Amino acid sequence: MEIFRIEVGFKPGVTDALAESIKRSIVEDLEVEVAKVRTVEVYTIAADFSDDEILKIKSELLTDPITQISSLSNLFSDFSLAIEVGYKPGVTDNVAMTTKEGIADLLGRPFPKDGAVHTSRIYLFGGDLGAEEGERIAAGLLANPIIEDYFIFTPNDVSHKEEVIKGHLAAENERGFRVAEIDLDVGDEELMRISSEGVLSLNLSEMVAIRDYFKEKEVILERKEVGLGAKPTDVELEMLAQTWSEHCKHKIFNSKISYEEGGRVEKIDGLFKTYIKRATEEVNKDWLVSVFVDNAGIISFTDDYNLVFKVETHNHPSALDPYGGALTGIVGVNRDPLGTGLGADLIFNTDVFCFGPPDFPSDKLPPKVLSPKRIFKGVRRGVEHGGNKMGIPTVNGAIIFDEAYVYNPLVYCGTGGIMPKTIKGRPTHIKRIDDGDLIVMVGGRIGKDGIHGATFSSVKLEESTSSSAVQIGAPIVQKKMMDALLEARDQALFDAITDNGAGGLSSSVGEMAELSFGCLVDLEKAPVKYPGLDPWELWVSESQERMTVAVRPKKIDAFMEIMKKWDVEATVIGEFKSSGKIHVRCEGKTVLYMDMDFVHGGLPGGELKAKWTPSEYMGSFEERDPLESLKAILSHCNVASKEWVIRQYDHEVKGASVVKPLVGAAEDGPSDAAVLKPLFERAEGVVVSNGINPNFGKIDPYAMAVSAVDEAVRNAVAVGADPEHIAILDNFCWGNPILSYDNPNGDYKLAQLVRAAKGCFDAAVGLGTPFISGKDSFHNEYELGGKTLSIPPTLLISAIGRIDDVNLAVTMDAKNPGDTVFLLGVTRSEMGGSHYNLVNDLEFGLPPLLDAERARRSYNAFHKAVKAGLISSAHDLSEGGLVVAAAETAFAGGYGIEIDLKNLKTEGDLSDAEMLFSESNGRLLITVPSDKAERFEAVMADSDISRLGQVTREPFLKIVGKLEEAILSADIFELKAVWKAPLDW
Amino acid sequence: MLKKPRTCVLLAAGINRDMDALNAFNMAGASCERVHINSLAERKGSLKRYDILMLPGGFSFGDDIASGKVLANKLKYKLLDEILDFALAGKLIFGVCNGFQVMVKLGLLPGLGGDYKSQRTTLTFNDSGKFEDRWVHLKADPASKCIFTKGIEDLIYVPVCHGEGKFMVDSKETLEELKNNGQVAVTYVDSAGFLAGYPYNPNGSVENIAGICDPTGRIFGMMPHPENFTLGLHHPTWARGGIPREGAGLIFFQNAVNYVKKNL
Repeated sequence: MEIFRIEVGFKPGVTDALAESIKRSIVEDLEVEVAKVRTVEVYTIAADFSDDEILKIKSELLTDPITQISSLSNLFSDFSLAIEVGYKPGVTDNVAMTTKEGIADLLGRPFPKDGAVHTSRIYLFGGDLGAEEGERIAAGLLANPIIEDYFIFTPNDVSHKEEVIKGHLAAENERGFRVAEIDLDVGDEELMRISSEGVLSLNLSEMVAIRDYFKEKEVILERKEVGLGAKPTDVELEMLAQTWSEHCKHKIFNSKISYEEGGRVEKIDGLFKTYIKRATEEVNKDWLVSVFVDNAGIISFTDDYNLVFKVETHNHPSALDPYGGALTGIVGVNRDPLGTGLGADLIFNTDVFCFGPPDFPSDKLPPKVLSPKRIFKGVRRGVEHGGNKMGIPTVNGAIIFDEAYVYNPLVYCGTGGIMPKTIKGRPTHIKRIDDGDLIVMVGGRIGKDGIHGATFSSVKLEESTSSSAVQIGAPIVQKKMMDALLEARDQALFDAITDNGAGGLSSSVGEMAELSFGCLVDLEKAPVKYPGLDPWELWVSESQERMTVAVRPKKIDAFMEIMKKWDVEATVIGEFKSSGKIHVRCEGKTVLYMDMDFVHGGLPGGELKAKWTPSEYMGSFEERDPLESLKAILSHCNVASKEWVIRQYDHEVKGASVVKPLVGAAEDGPSDAAVLKPLFERAEGVVVSNGINPNFGKIDPYAMAVSAVDEAVRNAVAVGADPEHIAILDNFCWGNPILSYDNPNGDYKLAQLVRAAKGCFDAAVGLGTPFISGKDSFHNEYELGGKTLSIPPTLLISAIGRIDDVNLAVTMDAKNPGDTVFLLGVTRSEMGGSHYNLVNDLEFGLPPLLDAERARRSYNAFHKAVKAGLISSAHDLSEGGLVVAAAETAFAGGYGIEIDLKNLKTEGDLSDAEMLFSESNGRLLITVPSDKAERFEAVMADSDISRLGQVTREPFLKIVGKLEEAILSADIFELKAVWKAPLDW
Repeated sequence: MLKKPRTCVLLAAGINRDMDALNAFNMAGASCERVHINSLAERKGSLKRYDILMLPGGFSFGDDIASGKVLANKLKYKLLDEILDFALAGKLIFGVCNGFQVMVKLGLLPGLGGDYKSQRTTLTFNDSGKFEDRWVHLKADPASKCIFTKGIEDLIYVPVCHGEGKFMVDSKETLEELKNNGQVAVTYVDSAGFLAGYPYNPNGSVENIAGICDPTGRIFGMMPHPENFTLGLHHPTWARGGIPREGAGLIFFQNAVNYVKKNL
């Protein structure tokens, strides 16, 4: 077969913007001086095309006649060193896929089946760059060796060009399917060896339960009838490992726990049941539609529409390949609302990241750990490509920095959707499957990528971790699949849908089969990316962009027609049954035959131990200069402006954005929450917000949990959400909380989890905000030189709320000089985990708690004031407390603020610094037109409000202390500059 | 024409501002259908039923190879004759963002000398090297023949959301011809209405060009998103007051609808 290599570069004089930004990164991030940088796109095409055809492809498809030049040989020779980077074989290459399609359009015939396209990019360097520096640039910035190959070459040595395509050519050695049997009739030690070597992540009691099942007489007899022996097949064992994984079954949250605190032992019958689900039951809102049972939670929005919301984590893959990990994370969570009920249309994304500090010294990084800045930039780009290309606005988020996340970055990705309450008279939140309905796999094809993702997430990362669980998402494949499926949904052509995420088909089909109580699958029908996959791989592969739907036989033709119109692959791979069995065949031969009851109910339970030891430290208080502290907090990356990130996300698409992530006079103030108007003809709005503060959790996860719930809720309330119509999601990222010889403080980590769960319950019930869905991720640990590095317990609470009329939404920027400044809530000495401590290196105080009933009363009163149109601005007090909120309100509005602390409502006698910097919950900084101030006070009569001062035309933040002397005065534009500088890359 | 002008909103893999454009045209008084390119290609002649062809924004085919390129080729090989007939029949074609990219790569714009098949201009990577979502001020040329920008006197504030919006031409002559023909319909300006650099010109477009029309003024493409400013509530500072309930971006769609009502 002929191999063509087409190099495409920019004409002289045309700006190579990518090269320019790469050059900046090399200089700034790697501190290597480089002269000129240019980029060249390379398309290596293996197919028997004629010369005319390849010239046509080169000029009509691959080269822009205005800006680019191209060549079938070397495009440039005037460089000193070059680095060529391309994906390794088997890694999704989206551009190559599109190129094949483009070639087919151009030539009017399908791209040859045995042909291949591979894309790579050359970075050309001028000056006198040495091979050693080239290696540093390649490995440190341009290529990720886990997923990419790179070649360093000079103009005289281009021998690598043959190498580039090797391995990408279609494998010719087709072979039959292989199924292995595993002998489980062995001792305990051997059972555990099988589990660990196979990355099954099953513990001993689970392995024993599996062994015992296959020994049952009836099981042996039934298996014999379908041609199976007494030993389980690899397909069966792999399915059980997926289905029983922590990722799918949430074993830690469902386990019984013996919790010890201060010598007292408490028996907890499952954290989920006791604290999360029970909170929702106690709150008992009539607008809850579907909670905890589907891929995402569903709440009522209007008479005709429901909202759907889910937040996931994608931590381990993002540590190994930040771009692919985050991209897969975002397109992966998209499929949750899409796979909820009969499928929701997606209306927003929200993302929260935890990274190591961007300036973390590179010489302190162990080998294979990417620098925090590189992880940050890669994750950001992944979310950009996932969100923007799916056409979903990214409307809200947060980024937290802490050295504890250097080895284990956290990437939370959330997606919300909307769906009509009924379609053709059928409620959309209910899936239904009957015996005989067809199992249809829709979207991408199956490859080896992402095998063992579900079980891999239950293993800690270490220096030698391999990358088989990393994938690159294909947003356009998913976008057209989504568009096609929603069209089919609106014609009621399917009765159930779910996504293929963790566990692949074994999970999606296995879960859906619970509705009909059984299934029969013929695996060889499932389309593959390349030959050579064995049945167990087909069954558990987590290849992206796939949904599984249940279609009635009489509707299959109409369903397929829509898929065809959208160029979306859809394949019938079996039938749902009421047999009580999961039955999987490959080329007619049974490879899996298990009882539904065992697969879904056979997981043995256990009891876990938790022991709480309160933090000892309660350092002493030291007063530091308030202005210096304020500036240090504003310029701390946690608080500093995220405009550089936000602007690279499309937050306008779908034309629903009403309160954007950046607000205020110069459109750069930090919004507390997003408000969307998803129905063009209606005034109702969706409010989206988040709450997270791991600094509190380091001292007491209970305080972290109540604070996170309150922060999410008060952010939503600040922009105008109805406090009685807010639902929340929990998302726990933890270390390994199971006590063992290898994990001697597992009982402490579990106690932290118990305390966080108790906090969730108290805050949710107190505030009246039910949980509707959630997620947990354990094993966020890194093994380094025999030591286990664990992240601090990190709880993200995400809120989705409703505002009756978006015209009443409130933004955080000060709006008119003369407006009166109020504070809602009470300030206490709650300095533990505060940013004042952080920037001043103090360890004073305990973290904030929550008087939830009082906060709820305040929020409801505030909402009345919003509805009465009394509010100019409202801003949440979180990191940095009152003075940071005041500074942000002022500089976002372009006006000054004067505050007199003697009017501040406090509990106990507080110092000026505590009043300014304490991070007590339940507080909002509010500005009110002066002629409405009295009415506002009347509406708020039963709440804690303090009249603090006013908005001024002079652009200064001025604070008068309790002794009536000026303690702080600062130019707001100077404060804004300090706040904008750190992350302005 | 008394009936509502019929608008075909084109769908393809990765198009994502189809509903935004549809809502804008509906508001302006058109009736719209979203039609997949494969349906148009399969049902020959079906484009004739419409008065306006809308090429919405998005990431058709992921912007792979070059933004708009793959969809432009699909249109070229599957629908070009029908699109040219549509244009010759005096009907309107409007492309926003990715739609504009498709139009210039197809050669439908700028259509110099009636040649609608040759690419003379392009839209390439922003000078900033990144995708950006920000609002920009636009100035319409009152002397332009563009149907869509008629009567726009004040500056218009609208969002751009793109990574490849830098307008470039193949030669100085082309640029001169575009200007002389009144084809440069909208340019990026600062808040006082003067040509200015980044971020006012968000991508480094030559002479701050934000959108161009063909010599007839009936075929028009622009990078910014007027369909995302049809309501006052879309404006980033509406909460500070002084923003009318109807968004300034609506006029592009109203102009199109009024033209069809009057002329077709």
